[in-house]
Amino acid sequence: MKVLVPVKRVVDANVKVRVKPDGTGIDLANVKMAVNPFCEIAIEEAVRLREAEVASEVVAVAVGESNCQEQLRTCLALGADRAILVETAPDLEPLAIAKLLKAIYDQEQPGIVILGKQSIDGDNSQTGPMFAALAGLPQGTFASNLAVDGDTAEVVREVDGGLQTVSLKMPIVVTTDLRLNEPRYASLPNIMKAKRKPLDVTTPEALGVDVGRRTEVVDVAPPPERQAGIKVENVDQLVDKLTNEAKVIGQA
Amino acid sequence: MATLVVAEHDNAALRPVTLNVVAAAQAIGGEFDILVAGSGCAPVADEAAVIDGVGKVLLADAPAYEHALAENVGALVAGLADGYDHVLAAHTTTGKNFLPRTAALLDSQMVSDIIGVESPDTFLRPIYAGIAIATVKTSDAKKVVSVRGTGFDAAPADGGSGTVHAVDARHDAGLSEFVGEEIAKSERPELTSASIVISGGRGMQSGDNFSLLEGIADKLGAAIGASRAAVDAGFVPNDMQVGQTGKIVAPELYIAVGISGAIQHLAGMKDSKVIVAINKDEDAPIFQIADYGLVADLFEALPELESALD
Ligand SMILES: Cc1cc2nc3c(=O)[nH]c(=O)nc-3n(C[C@H](O)[C@H](O)[C@H](O)COP(=O)(O)OP(=O)(O)OC[C@H]3O[C@@H](n4cnc5c(N)ncnc54)[C@H](O)[C@@H]3O)c2cc1C
Ligand SMILES: Nc1ncnc2c1ncn2[C@@H]1O[C@H](COP(=O)(O)O)[C@@H](O)[C@H]1O
Repeated sequence: MKVLVPVKRVVDANVKVRVKPDGTGIDLANVKMAVNPFCEIAIEEAVRLREAEVASEVVAVAVGESNCQEQLRTCLALGADRAILVETAPDLEPLAIAKLLKAIYDQEQPGIVILGKQSIDGDNSQTGPMFAALAGLPQGTFASNLAVDGDTAEVVREVDGGLQTVSLKMPIVVTTDLRLNEPRYASLPNIMKAKRKPLDVTTPEALGVDVGRRTEVVDVAPPPERQAGIKVENVDQLVDKLTNEAKVIGQA
Repeated sequence: MATLVVAEHDNAALRPVTLNVVAAAQAIGGEFDILVAGSGCAPVADEAAVIDGVGKVLLADAPAYEHALAENVGALVAGLADGYDHVLAAHTTTGKNFLPRTAALLDSQMVSDIIGVESPDTFLRPIYAGIAIATVKTSDAKKVVSVRGTGFDAAPADGGSGTVHAVDARHDAGLSEFVGEEIAKSERPELTSASIVISGGRGMQSGDNFSLLEGIADKLGAAIGASRAAVDAGFVPNDMQVGQTGKIVAPELYIAVGISGAIQHLAGMKDSKVIVAINKDEDAPIFQIADYGLVADLFEALPELESALD
């Protein structure tokens, strides 16, 4: 069984980015880019499935500009066997990405598709379920545990109230939450080996998918700034301020 | 213009966030109906029918909808979308699960996690963990939108006189089954709707030490939250995580204890009305957004705070 892992190139989670003054977007010039953290967890889960001999091959796929090859190489260094780049304009919408993934899914016929629950730039949280709907597959979103057993899989999901367990009929779609696993680091020998692993490039045209935009970002602005606050000397002063100045406690 | 609001509930009662989603529907304008999909959920439909301004309440009552499995509810909602210009649900783990499926089935590019409505086709939404607010205009005829609860003040829960209509459509995809759940039970208010939240971070050092927060939470009627570091370290369960990838809260008062103030944590709480930070490191970034900062060892400050609240 193959595992397909869609991965997104995003700004590194530790970088503090800024809004461009002209309101057209985020300034990403010379900013460190990385594999979306949730996609790293997805790769790790897929590699563990192969190591446990549940899966036979791990295929990473990215949709985006040619520089996404850097992130695909990282995934290969982390243990993916093969990679596919669907080369497109930057910033495609989740629905278009889901359609491209459906086309790749049809070609590759994986048993499991593992995506991140969310990309940390757009914070959309859409692509996994959209792809699952287009492919007619069940989904275990926000997974903190995945157990495959023959024709079914059990997924523990992190939901608002706690944890929910669902049983899904294979093939399945899973989206990762933070506590599914802790991704490994790529070793130097594996980084070297990754350079020789296959990385194929295709396009939306070759896949026959229309990726036209439906939404337009009219403006990007910083949120309203909070007024700087004060430091209090001690607990009594804190309670006094909260009671008499902010009026958010007491007077009961 | 008409909007379909998908209610969030536990088959017995509406979740409060539904009223925030209704408020977003009202901001869009036009009429709105409410869908209650579940099992044995007629009381929820009755509750929805008195929400101020509601038109119809669609009641889809079948075992397949009991646990809001996305495969079934996603298809149900897509099937009911005819005649509506907008389909709205909360950007909760329930909404995030089924609504993108609905959008894909309708071939619509969903707009997620909106905090404002500029016009019926233009919405405000945070991106990059809230460091920016994007204004997004959609050209899709059917607009599928998920709503951040804290972005909209709750609509009035009563005053309406909607009529309940049973929906016969049965979508049981047979792809997924509910196995079980561990739902945290607490006497405290629910995190996302509490008016006071006190959260602990890595500085708490252990799960046992969260009892220091509990005493204070009891006195204030507060909910208890946590940073990711505290959840990852196993101090407390995942449903307490506040942040970019956890829950978004915006209470009247947020007290951050032993939390450094990483951007991903701020994303979940910086719209709180008043923010208090207790941290022993005077340079902790959390102080940059705190209205009141107390530089102190939490193990001394928390017991003092608890007794000062008597
Ligand atoms: C993809 C991604 C998603 C993330 N999502 C989230 C999220 O949703 N929510 C979230 O919170 N984080 C999230 N994070 C993690 C985030 O980046 C930080 O690592 C995390 O918020 C740190 O938690 P903390 O402040 O509790 O711990 P730390 O950063 O370790 O801070 C602990 C603080 O406690 C203070 N302290 C220690 N001892 C005491 C004492 N005795 N008295 C007083 N103060 C004390 C220290 O001075 C320090 O400031 C995410 C990260 C990534 C990469
Ligand atoms: N451009 C992309 N290429 C490949 N996978 C993607 C892309 N965008 C999103 N994904 C996948 O979808 C997940 C959720 O992204 P999003 O819906 O944008 O929050 C990511 O973690 C990836 O697994």
